[in-house]
Amino acid sequence: MTGPALGPEAWALGPSVLRDMHKIRVVIAKPGLDGHDRGAKVIARALRDAGMEVIYTGLRQTPEQIVNAALQEDADVIGLSILSGAHMHICPRVVELLREKGLTEVLVVVGGIIPDTDVPKLNAIGVEGIFQPGTPMQDIVDFIDRHTRARVASNS
Amino acid sequence: MGAPADTTHAKRVVERLYTPDSIASLEYERDLGDPGQYPYTRGIHASGYRGKPWTMRQFAGFGTPEETNERYRQLLEAGGTGLSVAFDLPTLMGRDPDHELSLGEVGKCGVSIASLADMEALFEGIDLGAITTSMTINGPASMILAMYLVLAEQRGTDWRTLSGTIQNDILKEFIAQKEFIYPPRPSMRLVTDVFAFCAEQMPRWNTISVSGYHIREAGATAAQELAFTLRDGIEYVQYGIDAGLAVDAFAPRISFFFNSHSDFFEELAKFRAARRIWACVMRDRFKAHSPRSWQLRFHAQTAGVSLTAQQPYNNVVRTALQAMAAVLGGAQSLHTNALDEALALPTAEAATLALRTQQIIAEETGITEVVDPLGGSYYVEALTTALEKEALVYFDTIDRMGGMVAAIERGYPQREIAESAYRSQQAIETREQIIVGVNQFTADEEAPIKTLYIDEAAQQRQLARLDEIRRRRDSRRVAAALAALEAGAATGANTMPLLLDAVRAYATLGEMCDRLRKVWGEYVESPVI
Repeated sequence: MTGPALGPEAWALGPSVLRDMHKIRVVIAKPGLDGHDRGAKVIARALRDAGMEVIYTGLRQTPEQIVNAALQEDADVIGLSILSGAHMHICPRVVELLREKGLTEVLVVVGGIIPDTDVPKLNAIGVEGIFQPGTPMQDIVDFIDRHTRARVASNS
Repeated sequence: MGAPADTTHAKRVVERLYTPDSIASLEYERDLGDPGQYPYTRGIHASGYRGKPWTMRQFAGFGTPEETNERYRQLLEAGGTGLSVAFDLPTLMGRDPDHELSLGEVGKCGVSIASLADMEALFEGIDLGAITTSMTINGPASMILAMYLVLAEQRGTDWRTLSGTIQNDILKEFIAQKEFIYPPRPSMRLVTDVFAFCAEQMPRWNTISVSGYHIREAGATAAQELAFTLRDGIEYVQYGIDAGLAVDAFAPRISFFFNSHSDFFEELAKFRAARRIWACVMRDRFKAHSPRSWQLRFHAQTAGVSLTAQQPYNNVVRTALQAMAAVLGGAQSLHTNALDEALALPTAEAATLALRTQQIIAEETGITEVVDPLGGSYYVEALTTALEKEALVYFDTIDRMGGMVAAIERGYPQREIAESAYRSQQAIETREQIIVGVNQFTADEEAPIKTLYIDEAAQQRQLARLDEIRRRRDSRRVAAALAALEAGAATGANTMPLLLDAVRAYATLGEMCDRLRKVWGEYVESPVI
């Protein structure tokens, strides 16, 4: 994980300090044609209130646009909000594009109406966090915090 | 009241007890009136549900037109009294199934309708003159209405006998649901074209369903739902008048659509307040003369957002209580959600149980015997007046901004709703708001329930049919009709007759919408968090 604002002296301080200094950067994206953005907006705000840097892409983003946003914003996390049932189309494409661009460090999570039967399939392709209806915001904040922290630790 | 952002988000204080003092300023004739009398607070019909039961209208649609047609026949056989079409996202966005943005979405959230051929299959074996049909579509409302009309024409059904509703409410798309195509102003022209066309040709058709449902689902409070929906209604009436229509020529065909949420008394008071506000607006603000212009008729749907994935059978109870509030509030038609809808589109069994819930209320509880049975309750009347006042504060704010289109362009209702959505989520997190099975009375282990899974087969079948239509039709006739549509859109011509010609030639939905995209451009929202 590299933060553009951090100099070598910060990196020398070790992972826990790094994490405190480097704000976790999250791209929240709404792929597909669906316009129901209540969840995306609420979680964007919750992550921001938890101290993360949140970039919300707005509606109807293609996987290409989302991955480009993650690249440009130097994101640690991509959060996808999908309620329309198109997750098995969209998630694999996002993961594949991240791999093509060498962004394998980016944590991919998805929230929305995801049937139980699709959860292991999404996990298998590398979507690490899957948040179904009723998930408390704090659980999502904690999940992202824990997983990005683990990455900082393993990279240093 | 001062700045609305500070005051309207404040929680309304609920007293322990309401007494005659709570409604001391209420005057029966002025503020309530008997049912059927201005200002219709107590209902638009003197005889209530004794004269006319509400329509049990279950929203349904998935996969191919054939699959949805089968579900409709089941619902009609089970005693449903009206149809309500749920379209898939490509259709709602005016895209053909083979457009790159449609892939993975065809038939998933509703039925895929790409051309007249699909509309023919959707209503196969169903007499359009014998049922009422509601179609939930907005950006491409006029194209879908044109398909329905051409289908009736093919079958020899007189347009004047067709009864039903086209949602056609683009303002709430910009505010909440976000299925818009064109920028607000040309979108409003499509709406008023439908008003003008239907005033001449379809006297029994509701030309719009001004919808608070989606506004509420996006996070609005009851007062915001009431305020933004009715203020949208005002905007449509103003645009109709500005387009040269006489108010009493089109206002009687404006209908409304509200959410029926969980706060029981607040919801039924909201419906009563809506009728009073609308009657006053139509008579005093717009000087309408016809009582039919003053009467607010509405469809209600129980709150989808209140359904939980956890302990899904609890949803049956929630839905029954919400449906009760809608009935006590005097709804003209009602959809009850199915218990599995936090997880997927409903199974046939779950959809039937939802309909049975309405039938039990109608047939077993006795609450349909008396019109507005809660009228005169100190609490209900005080709450009705409080909601009305909160809505009128919003009207003032929006009027000062120059109307709803202007308010939308500056993101005002969008911001208000986002704020409420965040606050209500926080209330759930802190358990200030209890959701049974989610943040209280939770269960560790839950047996999964059976849900409907829509595979990719619907997409394959729709792509094949689209291909066949494109090969079979007279392409010169299609090209000419689409060119005429484009030319008409660029001038001031009513688009409805041009769309009817394009539909008759089997032009696809995407082709028609694309021509208008060429003329008007597409709307891109700047997101408000």
